[in-house]
Amino acid sequence: MGLQALFFYLFAFVAVASAFMVIAARNPVYSVLFLILTFFNSAGLFLLTGAEFLAMILLVVYVGAVAVLFLFVVMMLDVDFAALRSGVIEHAPVGVLVGVVLAIELIVVVGGATLSPEVASNSAMPIPPLTERTNTAALGDVLYTNYVYFFQIAGLILLVAMIGAIVLTLRHRPNIKRQDIPTQVARTPETAVEVVTVKPGQGI
Amino acid sequence: MDAFISSYVWPAIIMIGQSLLLLVGLLILIAFLLLADRKIWAAVQLRRGPNVVGPFGLFQSFADLLKFVFKEPIIPSGANKAIFLIAPLVSVTLALATWAVVPVADSWVIANINVGILYVFAISSLEVYGVIMSGWASNSKYPFLGALRSAAQMVSYEVSIGFVIVTVLLAVGSLNLTDIVNSQRDGIGTMLGLPASFLDWHWLALFPMFVIFFISALAETNRPPFDLPEAESELVAGYMVEYSSAPYMMLMLGEYAAIVLMCALTTILFLGGWLPPVDFWLINWVPGIVWFLLKACFVFFMFAMVKAFVPRYRYDQLMRLGWKVFLPISLAMVVIVAFVLKLTGWSA
Repeated sequence: MGLQALFFYLFAFVAVASAFMVIAARNPVYSVLFLILTFFNSAGLFLLTGAEFLAMILLVVYVGAVAVLFLFVVMMLDVDFAALRSGVIEHAPVGVLVGVVLAIELIVVVGGATLSPEVASNSAMPIPPLTERTNTAALGDVLYTNYVYFFQIAGLILLVAMIGAIVLTLRHRPNIKRQDIPTQVARTPETAVEVVTVKPGQGI
Repeated sequence: MDAFISSYVWPAIIMIGQSLLLLVGLLILIAFLLLADRKIWAAVQLRRGPNVVGPFGLFQSFADLLKFVFKEPIIPSGANKAIFLIAPLVSVTLALATWAVVPVADSWVIANINVGILYVFAISSLEVYGVIMSGWASNSKYPFLGALRSAAQMVSYEVSIGFVIVTVLLAVGSLNLTDIVNSQRDGIGTMLGLPASFLDWHWLALFPMFVIFFISALAETNRPPFDLPEAESELVAGYMVEYSSAPYMMLMLGEYAAIVLMCALTTILFLGGWLPPVDFWLINWVPGIVWFLLKACFVFFMFAMVKAFVPRYRYDQLMRLGWKVFLPISLAMVVIVAFVLKLTGWSA
């Protein structure tokens, strides 16, 4: 138990500290790198609770894909963060309000679970013990067997949003040279190469 | 106190010992595979390759190691020093960390975790950070272009690798790498009434996926013909331009460790891991690690041959291949494999 507590405090401390650095760092690239460190430590916390599948998916999806795109954009754009930061005082009340709402929700969830632990077992899909079912299989049961239609509808909505984003940004500019793959693939030596016998001293 | 020693100290010592053993073995293997890479490349082009240090040039990699270590590391004055030095560390650490879950023989694995294949996928998807960070921190144009290319390329091919892994998982019914290998003890061959042989492995049953995985692995590790992030004819050496000495060596080591990992992963997913190729007493007697190494070296030989005789792709061709060819095929294969397994009742 002692080792687990040690790792918990290690991951939790680094996660909180790097989350703070995300907003405190002056360089936006540092911010994204600290965000990645935060994700990484959150994955560590997931592992400690036995949610190994969630930990790995957090790494694959957020760190491996989403944060790469963040970093990509932040490195490419020349964002003036000093200018963005100038309105901090005016916007502070909104930020505080969001923070308070989040804190209250967290307190309700954690407090509810501490005051009446039996609530968790009343849920529609109780978590099976780890010895019976790995949590990969348990999550698969919930998403793909019990609630497959809701899951598919959520997927469809995302697909519509993705197609919408592509339609909004797709432009065909007329004067740009484009690669035409079928004609390139269809080329053969007969159509592409001409063998010419050049006599010495004459040229073509 | 005794309980503390027996439950923490001994397991820690054993784990550190195993890790060191694996690390040393892996580094020696990488040193010789690097030489093999250059030798194979040279042989295809009718050259001799490195042949000066040691017999047949066998110690060339060790001479290179000494050279890199004793050279002066140069940090460009415009570079972001901290990230410039962290990037090679990130790349080599992540590439080596993945090996913790790779079973090199039956139960020869440091951490036999339930979600082994996901762990490998997660950590190898992080390897792109070594490239992006080094490219950005160099504060120079070629490295930055190389890093941008690499980021787009690695993220694109991860998608098809993910789907290939999903088809294998459907056929196996487990995310554990040891289970994946053990499930290849029976397959097409045993279904036809033959004794256990190499026909049972996934490469035959999932042949299109095997091909897609191999090509995606080339792209994922920035190997030729997909080595656009370091295309020397356009970008000099891409994200490595500003690196020298030990940091450069670590970037190269990270790259080769990732390549060897992909070879090992191909072996585990498709070539039956440590399983012997035919069921014969003499061949069964050979330890599993030998078969594993032989298969991984064979995959590496194919990697090296591809490097030797396939010309480099154009960038738009690379993106087209990833998104318009591999992604639809692998997505369709996930559906087909799932249906076949469900309808025939072969699923585990």
